[in-house]
Amino acid sequence: MTENGDATPLVQLENVNKHFGSLHVLKDINLTVSRGEVLVVIGPSGGGKSTLCRAINRLETIDGGRIVFDGNVLPAEGKGLAKLRSEVGMVFQSFNLFAHKTIRENVTLGPVKVRGIAKDAADKRAMELLERVGIAAQADKYPAQLSGGQQQRVAIARALAMDPKMILFDEPTSALDPEMVQEVLDVMIGLARDGMTMMVVTHEMGFARRAANRVVFMADGQIVEENTPDEFFTNAQTDRARDFLSKILTH
Amino acid sequence: MEDLIRYAPDLALGFLENIKLSIVGAITSLILGTILVAMRVSPTPVLRVAGTFYVNVVRNTPLTLVLAFSALGLSDQLGLVFSSEPRTNSFWIVAMGLSAYTAAFVCEALRAGINTVPLGQAEAARAIGLTFTQSLRMIILPQAFRAVVAPLGSVMIAMIKNTTVAVAGGFAADSAANMKEAFDQVGASIPIFLGIVVAFMAVTLPIGWFTGRLARRLAVAR
Repeated sequence: MTENGDATPLVQLENVNKHFGSLHVLKDINLTVSRGEVLVVIGPSGGGKSTLCRAINRLETIDGGRIVFDGNVLPAEGKGLAKLRSEVGMVFQSFNLFAHKTIRENVTLGPVKVRGIAKDAADKRAMELLERVGIAAQADKYPAQLSGGQQQRVAIARALAMDPKMILFDEPTSALDPEMVQEVLDVMIGLARDGMTMMVVTHEMGFARRAANRVVFMADGQIVEENTPDEFFTNAQTDRARDFLSKILTH
Repeated sequence: MEDLIRYAPDLALGFLENIKLSIVGAITSLILGTILVAMRVSPTPVLRVAGTFYVNVVRNTPLTLVLAFSALGLSDQLGLVFSSEPRTNSFWIVAMGLSAYTAAFVCEALRAGINTVPLGQAEAARAIGLTFTQSLRMIILPQAFRAVVAPLGSVMIAMIKNTTVAVAGGFAADSAANMKEAFDQVGASIPIFLGIVVAFMAVTLPIGWFTGRLARRLAVAR
């Protein structure tokens, strides 16, 4: 993570295609994510943003093209795929904390069962991470006892516990009550500052402006435009992007 | 009433056999049912087909035929022997048939439970690098079990009552068989009949009550 290797991309998508039945949701996607980069993917609903994000740890399979992560084509299944997933954190829109496990167990499960780290060490690390996201006091509660914002911060801690090379955020604040959005974004901005490689599907323009290195605008399964946040928000090149921005920025 | 008192020791010994069959049946069918449901949701088509086939065949065959098949087909024809002592042997034949039969219902109850677990739970499990088996064992099945404690209780109650057809598998020492013997000697006796009913209810009612309570306690809050 710290090797300043802008030269070697962490993720490369080459001519990636994906269909849901007759719906062509990803059309010849070419995209690279560099190490340490924070990439924000925005665009209208149904444009393929989430599918793109989920394809990178193969929660969605692709029909064509290839995805290279850290120099290797994504394994199709089995142990190799599990190993890849352990290196790519994922934060979901609906948190998806393990409902029958405590907050602490949610964070230690991966390190203990996937990485084989001793339980004590995993516990210690979990508490550090929970401290970092501000949930340490709730470590022995169950997910349903926490607010949405707290659950999502735990989900981030759970992803961090695996020491991932990258974290995927699939609309991490879309299911939150408005007053809880900022607490989650603050954690994410902190991560971005610390150099974590992140791909963030979001509608939070504030986050994109403050933390992103690059904005990718997706619509109808295609990458329509990519640029720096400043350029994109003030000087979008395509009609499609300008139209989208005019609709969300006026609200 | 004196019929009941006269035959009570016999009936009690027989009832003890019903309980023993129930205990073996509960343990074995829960294990077997869990294996079956793992097959039915596995990503391997062969396992899925095998699991589905087993459940559909066994669940739709009358228990008396399953037990008769265990005794006549597996034991007599194919030479599956658990013990040289006929009574012990037939006990295990019936226990095996009963478990094989009940496992199909356990499997279906668990499968219903799996359907209550949101897809996101499995995705999150996969996303941290758990394999299919790990996520089934650590994330999906524990939540599925909790969701179907009460229905599993019903399956177990049905299984306990089903021990009374053990004679179909050649095991003629349970309370129902002893009851029939008593009736053969003294004629049908309402007190004996009710005595056995009460004995079964003394076991099954608490199970229903207990699993109901347990279901509420273990329910996964979402």
